[in-house]
Amino acid sequence: MSLLSLLGVLSSAIFSGTSLLYSTLGETIHQRSGIVNLGLEGVMLISASSGFAFTAITGNPYLGVLAAAFAGGIVNLILGYLVINRKANQLASGLALMFFGFGASALIGKSYVGMKINPLPRFTLPWIANLDVLYSSLFKFDLLIYLAIPAAFGIWWLLFKTRWGLGLRAVGENADAAYASGRNPMRIRFQALFLGGMLAGLGAAHLSIAYTMSWSEHMTAGRGFIAVALVIFSKWHPLRAIGGALLFSGAVAFQLLLQSSGVKVSPFLLDTIPYVITLLILIIWGGTRKSAAPAGLGRVYYGGQK
Amino acid sequence: MQNKPKKPSKFLKQIKDISLYLSRYLIMVVIVLVIFGLILIISGKNPFQSYRDIFAYTLGGWYGFSEVVVSMIPLLLTALAVAIPSRLGLINVGGEGQLYIGASFATWGALTFPNLPALALIPLMIFLGILGGALWAFLPGLLRSLGYVNETISTLLLNSIAPKIVAFLVFGFWHSPMDTNKTANFVDQARLPKLFNSRIDISFIIALILLAVYWYVMRYSRWGLEMKAIGGNSQAAKRNGIPLNKYWIIMMCVGGAVAGLAGMAQVSGYFGVLLVNFSRGYGFMGFLISWLSFGDPIGILITTFIVSVVMTGGNLLQLTSGIPYAAVNILLALTLFVVLARPVIFKRKTA
Repeated sequence: MSLLSLLGVLSSAIFSGTSLLYSTLGETIHQRSGIVNLGLEGVMLISASSGFAFTAITGNPYLGVLAAAFAGGIVNLILGYLVINRKANQLASGLALMFFGFGASALIGKSYVGMKINPLPRFTLPWIANLDVLYSSLFKFDLLIYLAIPAAFGIWWLLFKTRWGLGLRAVGENADAAYASGRNPMRIRFQALFLGGMLAGLGAAHLSIAYTMSWSEHMTAGRGFIAVALVIFSKWHPLRAIGGALLFSGAVAFQLLLQSSGVKVSPFLLDTIPYVITLLILIIWGGTRKSAAPAGLGRVYYGGQK
Repeated sequence: MQNKPKKPSKFLKQIKDISLYLSRYLIMVVIVLVIFGLILIISGKNPFQSYRDIFAYTLGGWYGFSEVVVSMIPLLLTALAVAIPSRLGLINVGGEGQLYIGASFATWGALTFPNLPALALIPLMIFLGILGGALWAFLPGLLRSLGYVNETISTLLLNSIAPKIVAFLVFGFWHSPMDTNKTANFVDQARLPKLFNSRIDISFIIALILLAVYWYVMRYSRWGLEMKAIGGNSQAAKRNGIPLNKYWIIMMCVGGAVAGLAGMAQVSGYFGVLLVNFSRGYGFMGFLISWLSFGDPIGILITTFIVSVVMTGGNLLQLTSGIPYAAVNILLALTLFVVLARPVIFKRKTA
């Protein structure tokens, strides 16, 4: 096991973990405002396909990333209408959104399957570029990767250091009390859904425009669900989400490492490692997470008309 | 609800209410048809022709209708798998995983004892399917009763693990000499008997019986009453001496068992072979159906029928109109959106 292959694994972990971090941040924002979005998988698929299609049409990957982010935000508004305006069950609405995403993304991406696009350009940071080309080529990342961790800090600042974030968390804890103190829970939840959807869209855009550089049906392969699990894992905190995404992609990398070193274990069993580790850590942490959950998570807010 | 109204004015009011509901449902149907029609027009198809095709195929003939029933089977069972624990307030999102494990257990039976007569092999496979699903649901039930991990999240994680275990078993041990992604075709004794000269198999009858049993138990038995008590207020139920943890674990396992049976029915009845990634989100769809019908047996039956008509009709649309299979999901999702956004007044009445 040489240093080079270790670094190679690390680099691939960063590539696969980025989309996870963005979508986990997005789900953190929803859930902090009291909404569980099980349809994240579908939102990501629509973002990935529309971002890819937009890149293919315009030839500019940055425009594609923007399109993906907006697609994510807008699709999330459907969920908002169902659970905020119509007061439908959040889990069921989320799953319906997931099926919608399966269908809509296939329709959007239909004519782009197997197409080549201009991917998001990769560049190296100056002090890494000075290294030997063998190493520096491993750390040639795109803009979305460089922005991932700053984004986590940005969301942390937004949620915990601004008035808007305080209002959002208040709505997630107790919408009636937030209303009584002059906030508008419905509007804040819509804003949270839009922002969270944009973040999930960024993650999906990284997947289709920067990482795999292709579109295929169901390409997110359960990342939306992992993001939901990672939110709980990170106790609804954006900075701990970095740890969660790193742990998960680290487990993926560990599994790649085992495979590359010729360990004779079925790749399918290795694929389960990240999920098993996540579950184990949740079990070990046990009841301590309960107090961390937003108290109003999943509750319907009926507004002042009671 | 009483059949005989006491006052005529109340009777009139009921008629008015019912016609209001009906008209609202009619409007919902129209909304779905219009939106999906727009999508069809955008992709260059004639919506009227497409709708006529769907209708004629699914409800206009015995073959199409029997196909609708065939696609109802896994959905009825996975919906029941969600409905049973939901009476206790447990949220079982893990139907998908339980279905996979049930299917793999049943497959083990079919591949290990191919020489048994059908009368012994099929009950064995049913037992194995139930066992597999129940085992897969035991862990979330246990973790919940210990207060460690919420069952929603543990079942979601286990959903991702189960298909990989099936892939491991199929690729590693069970695959047929010709294909790597599926087992050899099951022997005839391992196939569920077909009914009415169609692809409907006996698991449809089993599903209906289970629905009836569920209805009876919830309505007339002590268990049903205790489960409702736990679902209503678990702490009050505990003070009244109802064993909370026992119910949580057992009912989670019962739910898993039913989902496992759905998996068994898929491999033994529908496919006759275990395929990697064979489920097209049946577990999730079952979850949706169960929540849309508030866990009510008749509601589950009706909702499943509607969903199956949409799915079967959508399959046909894919064949004749050349839009991708996933477009069926759009039609399905639009239907679900509209039902989810149904007038709140109706929801309050049923809930």
